[in-house]
Amino acid sequence: MAAVLSPERAPAAADSAPLLEVVDLKKHFAIRKGLLSRVAGYVYAVDGISFTLRAGETLGLVGESGCGKSTAGKTILKLIEPTSGVVRLRGRRINNLGRRDMRPFRREMQVVFQDPYSSLNPRMTAGDIVGEPLINYNLARGSEIADRVAYLFGKVGLRPDQMIKYPHEFSGGQRQRLGIARALSLNPSLIVADEPVSALDVSVQAQVVNLLMDLQAEFGLSYLFVAHDLAVVEHISHRIAVMYLGRIVELTDKQSLFARPLHPYTEALLSAVPIPDPQMQRKRIILMGDVPSPINRPAGCHFHTRCPYAEAHCRVEEPAMQEVHPGHFVACHLRQPETPASKPVS
Amino acid sequence: MATAASDTLKPTGAAWRDMIAGALRRHPTMIAGFVILGAMIAIAILAPYLWTIDPQAVSPIRRLRQPSELYWFGTDMLGRDIYSRTIYGARISLAVGLSVALFSTLVGLVFGLVTGYVRLADTIIMRVMDGLMSIPPILLAIALMALTKASVENVIVAITIAEVPRVTRLIRSVVLSLREQPFVEAAIASGTGFVRILARHILPNTVAPLLVQGTYICASAMITEAILSFIGAGTPPNIPSWGNIMAEGRSLFQIAFYIILFPGIFLSLTVLAVNLVGDGMRDALDPRLARRM
Repeated sequence: MAAVLSPERAPAAADSAPLLEVVDLKKHFAIRKGLLSRVAGYVYAVDGISFTLRAGETLGLVGESGCGKSTAGKTILKLIEPTSGVVRLRGRRINNLGRRDMRPFRREMQVVFQDPYSSLNPRMTAGDIVGEPLINYNLARGSEIADRVAYLFGKVGLRPDQMIKYPHEFSGGQRQRLGIARALSLNPSLIVADEPVSALDVSVQAQVVNLLMDLQAEFGLSYLFVAHDLAVVEHISHRIAVMYLGRIVELTDKQSLFARPLHPYTEALLSAVPIPDPQMQRKRIILMGDVPSPINRPAGCHFHTRCPYAEAHCRVEEPAMQEVHPGHFVACHLRQPETPASKPVS
Repeated sequence: MATAASDTLKPTGAAWRDMIAGALRRHPTMIAGFVILGAMIAIAILAPYLWTIDPQAVSPIRRLRQPSELYWFGTDMLGRDIYSRTIYGARISLAVGLSVALFSTLVGLVFGLVTGYVRLADTIIMRVMDGLMSIPPILLAIALMALTKASVENVIVAITIAEVPRVTRLIRSVVLSLREQPFVEAAIASGTGFVRILARHILPNTVAPLLVQGTYICASAMITEAILSFIGAGTPPNIPSWGNIMAEGRSLFQIAFYIILFPGIFLSLTVLAVNLVGDGMRDALDPRLARRM
């Protein structure tokens, strides 16, 4: 369990080609109306996100509900076809591959879903669920399957005699372990974890997060960890990307994000994290209003409607992603490389 | 889909038998349904050996006799033995009910899967189904019978056509919601082929609604057949079915109630049995319910 306590370990081979590279990925859902299914508009769920993920690294993708973080994960996995953009896995472009060409790459990237109930087929036994990917890729046959499934059960902290049980006989945390075992069965390099702990209660969350970190240490996995709980993301991630209305507004390593957030939205998010000390006061930044609709987004910087520091040109001009400090990217007009952060958080 | 691989993870043959026996113990109403239905099927098959006489033999001199030792269920206005007619009538009612249930669920399942997966087929097939559903099923069956000659096969086809739209609509909606389930997405992400997703993830989860719908259709098809016979649009009048025995006895109900009573009891018992079996099987086949209690 020692590995659990050292999430800060340097990602292996930091200078090699990234495992996953996402360039300007977009997913716009058409809204169809009327008898002839005329396109009445688009939901800009993911609107041009770019990032890289190295082997053995965890990138946390945070943002509030509806900001497009889950859609981003599914689009990278090609469970949803992207509207445009490029996804590269080990330098090979995969977003334009057909179903058959995609098959070998599916092995490399697996998924763990948020809801541990609907993500397991209620009519298959736990052993069949975890063993199915092995059958798909012909990785084992006959009794080897049961052996391999038993090994995976052990890895995620389940007993092999639970293989003949059905999903409804497991608790939420055990079900999520089953989902992780299924994802592990193909020995992938990347796991997209789509809010894997947000449906679990807090004590179980910690167990599952620690399990994910143990497995990362053992198998050198990379995680794209989608979540809205900053405390969980802080614990598991090496770098964090903050999303707002389909775009990444800030991307940096964990330490600088929490110590020195540059985007006003990140500041507000961090100030909302509860401190486990009732005496302690902190300057809360309360955002006014709701998240604008991803169908009719504000012009200029999407955040200007709620930004406490918004200036005139924020309403007109879209800010570009800029590297303000080495490795610290932010999309904000007020945070230019030549003018370091003028309004530090308390 | 019993692959060699999945067998190793499943209970062995003996365990299966235990599971089935356990399910029966836990579902006594299902056993009752099976017993009644089995008895009806046995009656239908063994009709000539159950002390029956020719159900079509007319004997005007012995018409409208009360139930007696000689005529157990009495005789009708043409002096035909109601007992023999009821026993032979089981053949028609069961054949129609079971085959309509089987064919309409199979056809509806195929249409439902196609419309749930192919958008173009969805628009075309569902508009046709909407059109069929706008006509009351009895009227549709009557109209179809009017186009053809009266025979048991045509009755089965007519009632099947009238029932298919409902099954299609049901299965389509189930498939559409299953397709979006995370467990199906996880299966796609782990490289599961389309055929296997259909066979392992979609089809097993359509079984419960299909069974419920199928038993309902079986029961309602027997009643529809009775109605068709009743108004003279069903099986030819010389072939006895529970429906046309009752239809012929209707006008004499006040003086010879037993003409309607006995086929009526048989029909209600059979419909009840089918519903009991259907409900029991839905619960027994659902892993969430099977091991409870």
